[in-house]
Amino acid sequence: MTDRILDPLALPAAAPPQDPALGGAKEASSGPWATAWRRLRRDRGAMVALAVLCLVALACAAAPLYASAVSGTNPFATNLNGEVTIDGTAQPVLAPSTTGLGLGVTPIGPTWAFGPYMLGADNQGRDVAARMLYGGRNSLLIAGAATLLTLVFAVAIGLLCGFFGGIVDGVLNRVLDVLWAFPIYLLAISLSIVLIAEGLTIGPIDIRAGSLWLPIAIIGVVYVPYVARPIRGQTLSLMRSEFIAAAIALGVPPWRIFVKDLLPNIMPRVIVLVPILLALNMITESSLSFLSIGVQPPDASWGTIIQDGQGLLYSRPIVALAPGLAVALTVLCLNILGDGVRDAFDPRAKVRIA
Amino acid sequence: MTAMPLLGPLAAAAPAAAAEPRPLVRASGLTKRFVTGGSWFPSRRRVLTAVDDVSFAVMPGETLGLVGESGCGKSTLGRCLTRLHDLSGGRLEFDGRDIGALPMRRMRPLRAELQMVFQDPHASLNPRRRIGDLLAEPLRVHRLASPSEIEARIAELLASVELPADFSRRYPHELSGGQRQRIGIARALALRPKLIVADEPVSALDVSVQAQIVNLFCDLRDRFNLTYVFIAHDLAVVRQISTRVAVMYLGAIVEIGDVDAIFEAPRHPYTAALLDAIPEPHLGARKARSARLPGKEPPSPANIPAGCRFEPRCARARDRCRKERPRLEAKDGGTLAACHFPL
Repeated sequence: MTDRILDPLALPAAAPPQDPALGGAKEASSGPWATAWRRLRRDRGAMVALAVLCLVALACAAAPLYASAVSGTNPFATNLNGEVTIDGTAQPVLAPSTTGLGLGVTPIGPTWAFGPYMLGADNQGRDVAARMLYGGRNSLLIAGAATLLTLVFAVAIGLLCGFFGGIVDGVLNRVLDVLWAFPIYLLAISLSIVLIAEGLTIGPIDIRAGSLWLPIAIIGVVYVPYVARPIRGQTLSLMRSEFIAAAIALGVPPWRIFVKDLLPNIMPRVIVLVPILLALNMITESSLSFLSIGVQPPDASWGTIIQDGQGLLYSRPIVALAPGLAVALTVLCLNILGDGVRDAFDPRAKVRIA
Repeated sequence: MTAMPLLGPLAAAAPAAAAEPRPLVRASGLTKRFVTGGSWFPSRRRVLTAVDDVSFAVMPGETLGLVGESGCGKSTLGRCLTRLHDLSGGRLEFDGRDIGALPMRRMRPLRAELQMVFQDPHASLNPRRRIGDLLAEPLRVHRLASPSEIEARIAELLASVELPADFSRRYPHELSGGQRQRIGIARALALRPKLIVADEPVSALDVSVQAQIVNLFCDLRDRFNLTYVFIAHDLAVVRQISTRVAVMYLGAIVEIGDVDAIFEAPRHPYTAALLDAIPEPHLGARKARSARLPGKEPPSPANIPAGCRFEPRCARARDRCRKERPRLEAKDGGTLAACHFPL
C-alpha cells in the first residue's frame, strides 16, 4: 500500500510536471484592484463617459467664475427691467410678448455667444447658462451625497445582516421590507411634502427647511433597501464560501474574518453600484425639484430650471431643453461608466437596482 | 435516532486499544441534522439527517479513509470533526478533550491542532489576498511567529509543499488548481496540527495532478507525523493513502476496517458494490461479486428507511432487513459491518 499509485498519464517520475508559470519570469503579480483598473482603462466607452463627466463636474464647479466673468449678472436675482447690449444694440431682457394672446413677456433668446445670456434668460430675466452651472452643482452634489448616504447605510445593514444572520438579519430585514413596501417616488414625494416646510430634526441633526440636505437625506434613504438587499445576499453567499470556512477552521476570530476576508470581497460589488446609484439619484433629484419639492428657490438645480422653462416651452424651449439635455447626458455617461466599472470589477455580476 | 449502543464499534476495537495510546479522535453517536424550510409554518419543516449516529476512533498516525457516494454525509462528518458545524448529538473527543459542545470562541485555540484541507482549491483561498498573506494568517492569528520570522516560515511552508518561495507574492488566480491545493495544504500545515481532515482534496483536480497531491499527502504524513481523516469518493486514492477505511452510506458508517480487509474481503454488500464499480484496467479481470448496485438513487436523507438503510437497493435484502436496523459489529474477515447477512 505504500506504492505510489500508477499515474494514469504515465508521466516520467523523474520530472515532476509543473506549470510553466513556475519559472518566475513574471515580475510583479498584479492584484485584483490593479487588474480591474487596467480593464476599465481599456474600455474606451467608459473612458469617454468618464471624461465627459469630469468636464461636466469641472464646468459646474466653475459656476461662480462663469457668473461673474462671463454672464455678468447675478443668477439668483430677478432682472425684470434689465437691458443687455447685443451686437451693439441694447435690448430688454424681458420683452413684452408679441405672439399668442399678447400677455406676459418673452425672455431674451439665446445669443449663442460666449457672453451674457448665452442660453437666453428665464421668465425672471436670469441668465439660464449661469443657472445651469449652479444648478448642475446642486444636482451633482445632491446625487453624490445621497449616494454616499445610501451606501453607508445599505452596506452597513447588508453586512450586518449577512455576517450575523439570525435575529439581526430578521429585524433589519423587516425594517427594509417596510421601506420597500412603498414605491420609491411615492415615498420620496410624501417625505418631501411633509418635510419641505418644517425641516427635520432628529437628535443632534437639524436640517432647516429649504436646505439642500433635505433632498439629500430623502433620496439617500429611499434607495437604501434596494442596495442593502444585494449586499446582504452577496455577504450571505460569501459567508458560505469555502475560504470563510477555511478562515474559521484556522481559528481566525470573527472580527478579523470580517475585515480581512469579507470586506475586501464586498468592496468591488459596492463600487459597481456607485455609478448606477449616482444616475438614479440624479433622476430622482431632478424629478423632485421639478415638482418643487426638491431644491427650493432661489437655489437652482437642473430639475428646477426645467420647471422654470415649462411655461416658456413654446416661446423659449431652450430654457427647459438645456437642463433636460444636461440630465440626460450625465445619466447616460454614468450608465456607460457603470457598465464599464461592472465589467472591470465584477465581470460575472448582474447588477440591477429598482 | 436509533437506539444503537454508543460503544458498539469502539468496544469491538477495545482489546487492541488497551496497549495502544489513546485515540486522537473519538466520535460516539455523532449526529448532525439540518432543518430546512418552515420558518413560518413548522409543519413544512423537514429534518435532514446528514450524519446519523456515527461512532469511530482514529489513532495517532493513522489515516482513516472516508468513502461513499456524493450526498452520503462524508463531508458533513468532516466538518463536524473540525467543528465547522455544531453537532446535533453525540460526543466528540479530540486528543482526550471533549470538543463536541465547545463554543466557537473556546474552540479557536484548539484549531491549531485540528486542521482542514478543502475540496475546491479555487474557492478555499481568498482571491483578494496574496499567497504570502494567506499563509501568514494562521501564524499571525495564533502568534506562532514574530513578524521578522514570518517570511522565513512562509518560504519554509512553500518548500514543504514543493513550491518556490517567490509564490508568496502571487495571487491565487495566478496559480493552477494543483498549486492552489498545495497552498491549501501548506496553510493547514502552518499550525503544525496533529490531525488534518482532508475533504475530497483531490477530486477537483486533474487526474495527473491528483497523483502528485496524494503523494504529497503521503510524504507530509511521514515527515510531520500527521494523522489524516481523508475523505474521498475515488477508491483508488483512498486505497493508496489510507490505513483504515470507513464506508459511509446515507449518513452512517456501514463498514469500517483495515484497508486491505475492506478492499480484499468486504463484508457489507454496499462496500462490495462500490468496489465493483471501479473500472478494472484489464478486460476479464472483473471479479465476480454478488452485490451489484441497482440503478436506483439512494433514499433521501430526509427519509431514512426504518430498517437497514441499504435495504431498498440491496440484492440480498430479506424481511429482517426491512424491520430491524443492523448494528455495526465485527464480522470475521476483520471489518466491522452493519449487515444482517454479510457477504
